[in-house]
Amino acid sequence: MLETFNFRVIWEYLPLFFKCLWATTWLSGLSLAGALLIGILAAVMRLSPRRILSFPAGVYIETIRSTPLLAQIYFFYFGLPSLGFRMSEEVTGVLALVLNSGAYIAEIVRAGIISIPQGQIEAGMATGLGYIQRLRYIVLPQALGVTIPPLLGQAIVLVKDSALLSLISIAELTRAGQIMNSERFMPAEGFFTAAVFYLALYFILKGILAYSQKRLIFREAR
Amino acid sequence: MWGYYFNSLIHSLPFFLKGLWVTIEVSGLSLIIGTMIGFVWGILRSSGPRWLCWPIMAWVDLIRGTPFLVQVFIIFFILPELGLNLDPFPASVIALTNLAACFICEIVCAGLQSIPKGQVEAALSTGLSSFQCLRYILLPQALKTILPPLVGQYVLLVKDSSVVSAIGLVDVTRVGWLTVQRIPEGIMVFGLVGLLYFSICYPLIVLANRLEKRMTVQTLRL
Repeated sequence: MLETFNFRVIWEYLPLFFKCLWATTWLSGLSLAGALLIGILAAVMRLSPRRILSFPAGVYIETIRSTPLLAQIYFFYFGLPSLGFRMSEEVTGVLALVLNSGAYIAEIVRAGIISIPQGQIEAGMATGLGYIQRLRYIVLPQALGVTIPPLLGQAIVLVKDSALLSLISIAELTRAGQIMNSERFMPAEGFFTAAVFYLALYFILKGILAYSQKRLIFREAR
Repeated sequence: MWGYYFNSLIHSLPFFLKGLWVTIEVSGLSLIIGTMIGFVWGILRSSGPRWLCWPIMAWVDLIRGTPFLVQVFIIFFILPELGLNLDPFPASVIALTNLAACFICEIVCAGLQSIPKGQVEAALSTGLSSFQCLRYILLPQALKTILPPLVGQYVLLVKDSSVVSAIGLVDVTRVGWLTVQRIPEGIMVFGLVGLLYFSICYPLIVLANRLEKRMTVQTLRL
């Protein structure tokens, strides 16, 4: 296999790979932003003392966490049209990724919120801050600080999960490998090149993760 | 129309159960083999010779840095070029076993490293061999830290097994995909698929949570 490894064809397909790398980046970036919003909302709802808020959040989180992402993607891809919603594959894919990652991020944020001492919240109450104000000025700034490393871990997972979008024919990195495989019958070249691009993204994110962990330790040490 | 589709879905229920059995087979098999390999790698990585540590670390990083879908494609499309023709089933088991081994290696390694170095020194100075030290000192204690994330990893494994439907293994996800071509009610079909996964994963998640709670209480009591 290696003696026939054809770099010239990879070179030929490189523009496609870069276009698809960009697609992977924006798809996962957009999904991460959306998932962060949903995740914080779901975490706050789940920790609420009112059952009417905490129960739906719990159902959402547990449902997502105990079913595979691929089934969720297919659920939206095949399910939404039968309800009368017609959307492009990209919108469907981002929607599935946002809802999927949102549940995991909710658990991360919840762990961050729980880690804040009860005394601080009581102090906030004593100084007359409302619920939203306590959330905004005391809980979230600290909780999000602790959660940055696990959130970056989730970002890594998200980038890898976005590979599944190729199965609903969104043109991202894995799809580029598939295209190369089907046009030139060169699976090795196609999928190894895709893997190299994914590894590049992985190591960049891992580097940021290590940096943020170091920063966090220093902040606590001070 | 909805009632008609519902009826035909009920009629294809045996098909779904057969798919569920394939999912259980694939993930169960790779769970058992992957756990064994993962433990060996984890032990070697945390306390083996240096020349064995590096290749394991590099391999784990490589696998953790690429999407599982790409790994499945590489195994399924590229091994035949090396003269190793694999059916979807063995290809899926190999891919999943490897994935499980890599993640379990990390978990085992972290668990072993959480035990103070002094204990190893004490054990070695009382005349225990390094194998005895591992068997009687390190593993029994490390197992407490290892067990909860290990069960969590099993949940991930069951969910990741849905990805192998992309190479044509007829597991639950694939059954859903095939059924939705015939019964165009995505919500219903993939709702059922999700329900079947839920019935495997949710008990495992509850078990993981319970283990985690029990293990933390035990350490707190100390």
